[in-house]
Amino acid sequence: MQRNPQLNENGELQHLLSIEGLPREILVQILDTAESFAGVTEREVKKVPLLRGKSVFNLFFEPSTRTRTTFEIAAKRLSADVINLNIAVSSATKGESLLDTVANLSAMHADIFVVRHASSGAPFLIARHVKPHEHVVNAGDGRHAHPTQGLLDLFTIRHYKKDFSKLTVAIVGDVLHSRVARSLIHGLTTLGAPEVRVIGPYTLMPAGVEALGVRVFHDMKAGLKDADVVVMLRLQNERMRGALLPSAQEFFKHYGLTSDKLALARKDAIVMHPGPMNRGVEIDSSVADGPHSVILPQVTFGIAVRMAVMSIVAGN
Amino acid sequence: MRLHIKNGRVIDPASGKDGAGDVFIVDGKISNEGGKADKVIDAKGLVVAPGLIDLSARLREPGLEYKATLASEMDAAVAGGVTSLACPPDTDPPLDEPGLVDMLRRRAKSLERARVYPVGALTVKLQGEALTEMGLLADAGCVAFSQANVPLADTQVLWRALQYAATFGFSVWLRVEDAWLAKNGVSHDGDVATRLGLPGIPAFAETIALATLLELVRATRARVHVCRLSSAGAVEMMRAAKKEGLPVSCDVGIHHVHLCDRDLGYFDPNCRLEPPLRSPRDRDALSQALADGAIDCVCSDHTPVDEDGKHLPFAEAEAGATGLELLLPLTLKWGATRKLSLAQTLSRITAEPARILGTSSGRLAAGAPGDLVLFDPQASFRVSAEALKSQGKNTPFIGYELQGKVRATIVAGNVVYEG
Repeated sequence: MQRNPQLNENGELQHLLSIEGLPREILVQILDTAESFAGVTEREVKKVPLLRGKSVFNLFFEPSTRTRTTFEIAAKRLSADVINLNIAVSSATKGESLLDTVANLSAMHADIFVVRHASSGAPFLIARHVKPHEHVVNAGDGRHAHPTQGLLDLFTIRHYKKDFSKLTVAIVGDVLHSRVARSLIHGLTTLGAPEVRVIGPYTLMPAGVEALGVRVFHDMKAGLKDADVVVMLRLQNERMRGALLPSAQEFFKHYGLTSDKLALARKDAIVMHPGPMNRGVEIDSSVADGPHSVILPQVTFGIAVRMAVMSIVAGN
Repeated sequence: MRLHIKNGRVIDPASGKDGAGDVFIVDGKISNEGGKADKVIDAKGLVVAPGLIDLSARLREPGLEYKATLASEMDAAVAGGVTSLACPPDTDPPLDEPGLVDMLRRRAKSLERARVYPVGALTVKLQGEALTEMGLLADAGCVAFSQANVPLADTQVLWRALQYAATFGFSVWLRVEDAWLAKNGVSHDGDVATRLGLPGIPAFAETIALATLLELVRATRARVHVCRLSSAGAVEMMRAAKKEGLPVSCDVGIHHVHLCDRDLGYFDPNCRLEPPLRSPRDRDALSQALADGAIDCVCSDHTPVDEDGKHLPFAEAEAGATGLELLLPLTLKWGATRKLSLAQTLSRITAEPARILGTSSGRLAAGAPGDLVLFDPQASFRVSAEALKSQGKNTPFIGYELQGKVRATIVAGNVVYEG
């Protein structure tokens, strides 16, 4: 068996590529470190010098506003120099290969590459080719993984629920295409959540998803029953093409989160969403803006979690 | 010219003969007559067997010389003990005109390595619309007609192509994969693809296409060889089709009897193959079927890919693996795990593919072509990119310890490789 490519010889986090295969201790270390940074973001001077003199390259081969911005803020609060590269509209269209792009940036003395790519596994390829002192943080690759999103989801859940060992978590919607769902599932099973459910139509469930340690529901009402945490996934408009779904309206009827359906979950259930939300498609505004929603705190926690990840990999 | 190979362990898989003996080659053909030889080879400690026959090896010419050249791949063939190979038509341009086939054959012949049997395109430019000039292509030397890995989605064209081929008794070699079900897919649709977030190709993409093809064989009685089976379901269908007496045969790629989707590991692009590596259960069924005869033979499906084609995220990486030089050791490894005799094992890469190809090679009978491989079945080696003669270094077996080293390869009585 190959060594997990995200760990160095000492079993420490060299790159963050996927939550899958990370030991529980590393996940807890990241969450605890993020906890300590949560205070920083509340201070008047929102900076710590941990990454002073280091360069963080945001390499986005796929457009993103939110994730890129939170990585940028996180890196700046660690006092790093941040360079944003929107490669979806530069080198790639000029025919430069992925590894050539990375090699060129490496020659400019990068310390951390934050990579978003439309192809599953792209950050693994980059991690195999960077220099030993360089670190790769996956900011979302295809359908495969979005580990910092998964970690901020775990952070949010821990913040509101304290303990994973009694939780029922329901993840609803387009699991097939969701890197967010995959990362969160791996995180929850690693941290010992006893019941992780995925809810959606057969067309949006990947083959053999049970092997990830989840229970599959197709009836949302049954799936939401007594859930402590409800995670809604973004449904992209293009799913209406390709015969996966007939319409957004019909999807909302079966799998949209409304106050009525949410009432089936526990009274103190929290509602999460990785954003950006499609109101009226996967979530009703009354829920998105309602008392159970922790969607905006998720965004805030995301900065502390990304600070934690970057400071930990840079320190190893 | 008389060649005498002495002191070897002579194995003729076609007859099952296995024992110490001599082999004589007179004027390029196997002979029973001894007599004074011009050259004597001492094969002490070596197996002397018919040269290997590989039903699918891409030589990348014409048009794809940046991936590999005829010269590099013909060197790889004889280094692997392969003395006859069929090359699929997916060159650039595809082998859809007699002139191209003629040129390829002549260039291959001038290199004096393995025998090359071109497989012609079934449809013009492999586009699945118009039939090629099969008769003229056969005259130019095509042994069969195929779509390589290019899907033929239009079943009416497939039907017509089989009817036309049946008229003249041409063989049609086809991979089976429903183009719509396989659309955008790059891996077996199962829990590994789900974990890795890779678009899947369900196993029923293969069985549905195979069911269609078998119905068309029933209707047309065309002689069809089904290439590169990948699923347990397809194996059972082929078993039933043969029992029914349909004029069909089939093969499997050597990677698929050893590897499965678990071997993708962390997105190893060398495991990006067409068809995809499937579940452990599928792999075991393929391995078993190759042993019990439901699958007739095994091929390398040799596909040299340059580094640029593999240094990409898994789904974007070019499919295929280099295989000519690993066919023998990997087949020996398969035979050992199946507890088959060497003669039985070797038949899958000699006598059986010879039967499908319709050649008289692949056997040691008097009068057969003097094509031999001499190998040391005990010698082990570590697979390394540097040691491969093929220009393609793309194999999931890099670093593996394998047994079976070719010491000499002989084509038509000439020693074309010594290792």
